[in-house]
Amino acid sequence: MTAITANTTLPEVQKQSRWKQVWKNMRRSPAGMIGLFVLCAHLIIAVLAPYIAPHDWTLQNGYIMLQAPSTEYWFGTDNMGRDLFSRTLMGGREAIMVTLLGTLLAIVWGGLAGITLGFVGGKVDEWLMRIVDALLAIPWLLFLLLIIALTGQQSWTLILTLGFFYGIAVIRVVRGATLEYVPRDFVVAAKTRGESRLTIVVKELLPNVLDALLVEAAMRWAWMLLAFSSLSFLGFGVVPPTPDWGLMIADTRGMISIAPWAVMFPALALSTLIISINLTADSFAKAIGLDRAKAPV
Amino acid sequence: MTSKMILEVKDFSLGYTAANNQLVSVLRNVSLQIKKGEAIGLVGESGCGKSTLALAMMAFLRSGSQVQSGEIRYHGDNLFEKSEKKLAKLRGGMIGLIPQNAGQSLTPTMKIRAQLFEALQLHSDVPRNQWQQRAIELLKQVRLPAPEAMLDRYPHQLSGGQQQRVAIAMALAGSPDLLVLDEPTTGLDVTTQAHILELLGNLRAELGMTMVFVSHDLGAVARISDRIAVMYAGEIIELGSCADVLRTPAHPYTRGLLGSIPRLDQTGLPPSLPGYPPKVGSVKQGCAFAPRCKHAKEHCVSANAPVIARDSHQVRCHLADELPDTGSNVTVLKPVPRTTDEALLDIQKLQISYHKPGLWEQLRGTEPPVATVDDIDLLLKRGETLALVGESGSGKSTIMRSISGIQPPRQGKIKLLNESLNEPVEKRDSQLKRRVQMIFQNPDASLNPRHTVAEILQQPLKLYYGLDVQACRQRAAELLNLVRLAPHYLDRMPGQLSGGEKQRVAIARCFAGDPELILCDEVTSALDVSVQAAVLKLLKELQQDKGVTYLFIAHDLAVVKAIADQVAVLYQGRLCQVGPVDEVFNGYHHPYTQALLNAVLEPDPDHVPQLSGDDASEQHPPAQGCAYQRRCPMATRMCAEWTPPWQEDGHNHIRCHYTLRELERGDEEAQLIRFANA
Repeated sequence: MTAITANTTLPEVQKQSRWKQVWKNMRRSPAGMIGLFVLCAHLIIAVLAPYIAPHDWTLQNGYIMLQAPSTEYWFGTDNMGRDLFSRTLMGGREAIMVTLLGTLLAIVWGGLAGITLGFVGGKVDEWLMRIVDALLAIPWLLFLLLIIALTGQQSWTLILTLGFFYGIAVIRVVRGATLEYVPRDFVVAAKTRGESRLTIVVKELLPNVLDALLVEAAMRWAWMLLAFSSLSFLGFGVVPPTPDWGLMIADTRGMISIAPWAVMFPALALSTLIISINLTADSFAKAIGLDRAKAPV
Repeated sequence: MTSKMILEVKDFSLGYTAANNQLVSVLRNVSLQIKKGEAIGLVGESGCGKSTLALAMMAFLRSGSQVQSGEIRYHGDNLFEKSEKKLAKLRGGMIGLIPQNAGQSLTPTMKIRAQLFEALQLHSDVPRNQWQQRAIELLKQVRLPAPEAMLDRYPHQLSGGQQQRVAIAMALAGSPDLLVLDEPTTGLDVTTQAHILELLGNLRAELGMTMVFVSHDLGAVARISDRIAVMYAGEIIELGSCADVLRTPAHPYTRGLLGSIPRLDQTGLPPSLPGYPPKVGSVKQGCAFAPRCKHAKEHCVSANAPVIARDSHQVRCHLADELPDTGSNVTVLKPVPRTTDEALLDIQKLQISYHKPGLWEQLRGTEPPVATVDDIDLLLKRGETLALVGESGSGKSTIMRSISGIQPPRQGKIKLLNESLNEPVEKRDSQLKRRVQMIFQNPDASLNPRHTVAEILQQPLKLYYGLDVQACRQRAAELLNLVRLAPHYLDRMPGQLSGGEKQRVAIARCFAGDPELILCDEVTSALDVSVQAAVLKLLKELQQDKGVTYLFIAHDLAVVKAIADQVAVLYQGRLCQVGPVDEVFNGYHHPYTQALLNAVLEPDPDHVPQLSGDDASEQHPPAQGCAYQRRCPMATRMCAEWTPPWQEDGHNHIRCHYTLRELERGDEEAQLIRFANA
């Protein structure tokens, strides 16, 4: 038939992958590019910290307590005479590792649960969502302290608990995004074809809610970093003498009037990381056509 | 002369600057003069710039676009030189807009009263204490029943036709002298559409408004316009009086477009217009239609087409004077039916209800509400096409959902040969699932936007045959070939395809399982007429090749006539009439079939649809008696109490209390009454 032969003579539609387009959109936002740059810098530093740190980050030296920043000690020293520059470089490693794995866990379990609930619908969805609501009402920090008190201070307990609690919030968002796609004809088409539920969830629905999920991941990560720092601040995060920003702020906050640098530099590192994640996530959301409100849960 | 002009579009070009700093024109050198009180129709395929031009007449540009040359003068003033403030007053005030989808343009959380008051506050001088009175007047003007009660309703409580009427009332609030209508009847039922067009015609006669009517439906345009402007690739390629353009179309494109419309008085499929409109900005030189034109000569491609004017009829074509007369090139395809006597689908006493009795109701044993679909008996032979016809809400889709196993029936039997289709789809075995496939109305929604065409076609192949990736790709290319698409489409995303191409992919996916029964849910209603003809032809050809059976849902009776062998007319989930196409359309009619047939619009300026009753839709089928009793002009007390019996004339079955003779007379009487009223 002639209908298509006429069309093949038209110039080939430019094949531009979706992610390339997203990258192009992101490049237009200066805030997003700054955020992405800072975020990458943080990640690279976290990986390379042990090799670039100029001093031993655990070595205490009573002769050089609370020294102001100098050419030898760039960020000064803390109340035990440890080099703050080296400690600040090292201080993000644990936090980033734990929260990254925690976020990954939260996204995977929260995402799958959310899509499945949205797809299954009906009574199951209604009842399980009430349970989710109930879980959201639990003050997770107290719950976390309880678990740590019971099992001891280990990274994997932190990852599991943080991942579990943050995943609950993800369920709500992803379920909402899924509900928009469930009544669409392509899902109905898959159903009439007789596809299994798993196939429909993974093949038909997941690609469509992936954007929402990625943005949600970035948001969750920022919030989880704050949570982890709060834990360290309370003394439940990282075991001393391993440096951690939250812990460093907690230890030296009493001396803020005589040695402001000891609080300032870890706080600066922490806040730039969180801000950079937020900026990146914001512009990413805009770049893929999503801009959902970030609700702290 | 100019004093009479209400709107003058002079050599107007509109476009945007692309990423590589090139100017892309959406509208190219459009010139159009609209006289006061005139109704002008803008027609063309989608993507030809109709809506862009209509919106530009309100000085509204889509973001990023700019005027490249020319001007639009409203009462002699250039619209694009006016300040934003003045324009805001003009729009909705002196220039009213009636949007395509009233359901979406009304605010869902505001009552009709608040929305009408808002329009009155912004665009009229009516003092606040008279708003209520004026609002009621407006609703009366658009012939809405019980206007006082209507004011307290929310948009979702109204039917599609009523919503459209409210949107018209809102546009009238500013007493506009120019009304821009952007596809005001698209997506409405035939009967509703006819009523809305009738209303618009009356309003125009009463208020003397000028109308710009944008539509892809030439039938609707023919009903209301004095002049018609045919647009193609951002140009007006033909402009003339309604009768001239429709009777003696001069441009090959207009001829093709008119030819591809299925008509009630023809049998067989209309010829399709090959190809697709060019992409925006891709035509720089020569006639934009040349690649699709069968008369095209060398100079068509190289030189811009001149505007040739004969009296008031303008054509932009090199060959306008050389073309053969119309009529000679309309060849209707008449495929030979290949039906067998084997009954493929057998539906007996089917009853479907969406009501799920709760625990309490089960315990008390309360009577369930009236079923959505009831008492359906249909027999479909292998290789045949059966069309289900009816307005929206008549249960066509429900029956289809039941056959496909998404909404299992409450009672009755659905059998495919010897196997039962009563089970929901999860409980059917995979062979049975494979044999029943479905094509959806809107290919935008039925193809996953995140999958490539290859992935889309892969899914049924994996599911039914367990093919590996390489074999799938091979088979997918064969399937594309089946629907006349080249293999390079495999790596495209649905978003990169046109509507017709998407529907072809959906058809290919449906044929992947080598089905026996295909359920087609309004497969062409979201497509342009030219594409519709091609898709119908493809479906018919596939049927002849593969011997598949179609169950076809449509609300366009002309499409039904073109493609179906058997017709079943449904109203409120009950059958009114069943029979072979010829006998249903040409023999005796059920009063409802008659109402549907009367409302059909034809691209003919003299064709006047006849309206019977009103277009108010009903929420629930009546508990007893004839389903059509509330709207039937001939209904008696008997109709309200007893279920009508089936009457036969050959293979034509009609369910009515009146005898066939009486039905025939009833038609004539009803027509006489109508003529007397007119």
